[in-house]
Amino acid sequence: MQNRAKMIIILTLFALVSGLVLSVVYLFSNPFIQKNMLAEQKKAIFAVVPNANSYEEKEKNGLKYFECKDSSGNVVGYALPAKGNGYQGEIKLMIGLSPDLKTITGLEVLEQVETPGLGGRISEESFLNQFKGIKDEPQVEYVKNKKPEKPNQIKAITGATISSRSVVAIINKFIKQFKGE
Amino acid sequence: MADDRRRSAYELLKGFWTENPILVMVLGMCPTLAVTTSAINGLTMGLAVVFVLTASSVIISLVRNIIPKEVRIPTFIVIIATFVTMVDLFLKAFFLDLSKALGPFIPLIVVNCIILGRAEAFASKNNVWLSFLDALGVSLGFTVTLIFLGGVREILGMRTFFGMKVLGKGFEPMIIMLLPPGAFLTLGFMLGAKNLIDRKLKEKRGGKVGH
Repeated sequence: MQNRAKMIIILTLFALVSGLVLSVVYLFSNPFIQKNMLAEQKKAIFAVVPNANSYEEKEKNGLKYFECKDSSGNVVGYALPAKGNGYQGEIKLMIGLSPDLKTITGLEVLEQVETPGLGGRISEESFLNQFKGIKDEPQVEYVKNKKPEKPNQIKAITGATISSRSVVAIINKFIKQFKGE
Repeated sequence: MADDRRRSAYELLKGFWTENPILVMVLGMCPTLAVTTSAINGLTMGLAVVFVLTASSVIISLVRNIIPKEVRIPTFIVIIATFVTMVDLFLKAFFLDLSKALGPFIPLIVVNCIILGRAEAFASKNNVWLSFLDALGVSLGFTVTLIFLGGVREILGMRTFFGMKVLGKGFEPMIIMLLPPGAFLTLGFMLGAKNLIDRKLKEKRGGKVGH
């Protein structure tokens, strides 16, 4: 009986100390993590919408988006955060759209847990740059092992077709919903 | 005194070769095989394990006499999980890119059997100094092996080492080296090479005794 009490007390004690230590570490690191996330968001928005100088958070068709303006106050495009399932987990994207919503102006990956070196390469410039200036009508498509021919096509990463396909599917889904189709 | 020093040196160095966690104990295979697609991933994963293993081994060794043996495993896990969460938050706050590259494998250090293995087999039975050396040696041995494994796969799969180009255009990158089979192949060759070297060393030593 005494032993059982000791077991409970010791384990509780360790859990309490652990919780306390982690709270302190969390309080210390959280401002940095929040700052990182905001900086990432800002960087991603300015990367996907060229000539953007400021942005404002808005909502349309149930989607959060950022309206981007240049220094003289003209709308130069929209940044649309999107997410969906990849090969191994959730992929979070930032899609840049032209003011007429017909052209993708850029793409950034905010978060992904795809296989490093394979699906993980969806975060690389060489893959993302393909999306600059492609048309989203009727929808974005991907091709395998050959050069894209149409203005709405991109080339999938060799060995990571599922991750590439997921990115394209997420883009199409969110652009459709954003347009209200 | 000389014995003490020899014992300390042994506990520190055994992790690199004679008791290498990957090549001899064959523990922690999940991160070993999954994250070693590049040398930098191997290095980061290794350093995270160095911190978690060293810190948790020291704490476990310090409190080893007050923990009732029936609840030692949950207590160890609480201690290990605390340090892992600290590493995870630290990487997210200061090295976001690396944190993103390693994805879920940092939180998964909690269930890495090298850590619990060292806690159970060594830190819960030895004093703080020896536990510290043991943890440091084993985790650094783990790190070196991961860098080697990641380096081989990165060179053959992407022609780079730590991001620097090392092989020319004439070499066709072997995509398979970046895929799971590449990890198994490389690890298999490494295990084989280690056994071969050990046998050669033994023969050499045996030969000398015979003369």
